[in-house]
Amino acid sequence: MTKYANVLGADGDSPPISHKSSFASVIFRDKKALFGTIVLAVFVFVALFAPWIAPYDPTAMDFDMMIPPSFEFPLGTDDLGRDLLSRIIYGTQISLLVGVSTVTIALVFGVAMGIAAGYYGGWIDMIIMRYIDLQWAFPNFIIAVYLVAVFGAGLLNVIVAISLAFLDDFARIARSMVLTIKEEQYVSAARVSGASDFRIMWRHILPNAVAPIIVQATVSVSYAILGEASLSFLGLGVESETPTWGLILADARSFISRAWWLGIFPGVAIMLTVLSINFLGDGLRDYLDVREVKDI
Amino acid sequence: MSRYLIRRTLGALIVMFAVATLVFIMLRLVPGDPIAAMLFDAGDPDAVDEIRAKLGLDQPMYVQYVKWLWFALHGDFGQSIYGSRIEVSRLIMEALPRTLSLASLSFVIAIIIAIPAGLIAATHRNTSADYAVTFVAFIGLSMPDFWLAILLIIVFAANLHWMPAIGYVPLAEGFWPWLSHLILPAIAVGTAFSAIVARMIRSSMLEVLNMEYMRVARSKGLSEITLIWSHAFPNALIPVVTVIGIAFALLMSGAVVVENVFAIKGLGRLLIQGILNRDYPVVQGAILVVSAIFVFSNLLVDVLYSVIDPRVRLQS
Repeated sequence: MTKYANVLGADGDSPPISHKSSFASVIFRDKKALFGTIVLAVFVFVALFAPWIAPYDPTAMDFDMMIPPSFEFPLGTDDLGRDLLSRIIYGTQISLLVGVSTVTIALVFGVAMGIAAGYYGGWIDMIIMRYIDLQWAFPNFIIAVYLVAVFGAGLLNVIVAISLAFLDDFARIARSMVLTIKEEQYVSAARVSGASDFRIMWRHILPNAVAPIIVQATVSVSYAILGEASLSFLGLGVESETPTWGLILADARSFISRAWWLGIFPGVAIMLTVLSINFLGDGLRDYLDVREVKDI
Repeated sequence: MSRYLIRRTLGALIVMFAVATLVFIMLRLVPGDPIAAMLFDAGDPDAVDEIRAKLGLDQPMYVQYVKWLWFALHGDFGQSIYGSRIEVSRLIMEALPRTLSLASLSFVIAIIIAIPAGLIAATHRNTSADYAVTFVAFIGLSMPDFWLAILLIIVFAANLHWMPAIGYVPLAEGFWPWLSHLILPAIAVGTAFSAIVARMIRSSMLEVLNMEYMRVARSKGLSEITLIWSHAFPNALIPVVTVIGIAFALLMSGAVVVENVFAIKGLGRLLIQGILNRDYPVVQGAILVVSAIFVFSNLLVDVLYSVIDPRVRLQS
């Protein structure tokens, strides 16, 4: 049970969500969350302004091959004479785009499914739960691999595949929240006062189920970014001209013994992004006092 | 207990039936004609009808479906349509021990590292040891497994020459050759799981250490070692068993990726190669076996958990 559910709104409306201290002040006390926020902000900035920040064209093969990191090329050049820093900067766009868009899609549809299942019960619940059970038969990453296998590679297909893979996580967590919230007095009060099913779900149940969903979303973004990188690395991701971190590492594999920077920097970029999201997620978990969400 | 067991086994079988159906339907959703595309790639466009007949794709849908279920039930997934056209079941039987070896070794290494790390963090709460464990666990969770695999190859294979960089040697050819080929991939696969277990053990230990019975045990004058090993640790392990299911998800997904880095011809490499070659019988077989392993190992864990903690089966 989350702590808000006990605060009963007098008019039967949703209880106000109040905290002793704001999230911003918590972030400044929690060094991990502070680090996560700053690093993530830098990556978001880099992704948004990539064309202005990147020193060179990420696809132009203008330079000598495999130049070690130097003043001119801070992270060196790759086997085709492309600037590694520019490629990693552009790779930020794909990673964050996939991370945020997949989780948004999975969240919207998954939460809607979970709330409908938990609220209505009966055959709606049964159908949705059977679907969730079916998804449970595959690890998330394997679902994504299989969907890309069926529908082909490409950015849009990768986004759809990863969103679908995360759908059941959100549905399951929303459903279990609804099952507890449904029994609260403010829900009965709303029902007695004549609120429609939709209004009850949207105004009374959803706001009180938000905390674990937010934490699940942060955890999922980090797994989505890792998943996209893995798919790209395996050659099942976006088109090969687009610089993505996973693809840069896949291309670098044959040259690692001669050019260490090709094997190190793209991985550092993935790790820093995922680490900052995990730090932020951990801070959120403590702040919102959520225990329902496990790692993965 | 037996009712619980029957119910759960039945549930798992139904899920597997649904998975087999889903795999059948999905492959018929593939845009375009996979056989034509594949033969076009292979430079043999005239053989389309022959191959379609051989795969039974010229028969009505329901016949194909019943046949697929029947043959899958017998472990017969047809022939690979790529290269030498080997039986898919043979490819899977060759790949399976490699993936199982890799997954088990990853599991063992992960647990060997996670238990002491989690215990030290919990018993030395808010000391530098605790912070170090937490920090390393976060790093472990945030590193992509394939990148860790590349780093391990750079350091231990390419530079130090301690281990071979790629390949697999069966256990039958000796323990050390087997282990030396598998240890780097196993570390790459097991790190994320190890980090999760260490964090679980830490928080679960902290909870148990605050329990009433711990205070009683301490007030009886028991030594700190006895307290931790025979009172706290066994109880702290109970919730950890629930993440074993997550372990299978992580280990299977990890194996799929890492096998490709180390060129281990396991199920993961079979699956990815099948996808890249558009070898659909292989993809079908591999995906079904991967999900069967996952479903039944999860069933096993649930049953074990209900033995350790009887509250579980009474609840549901």
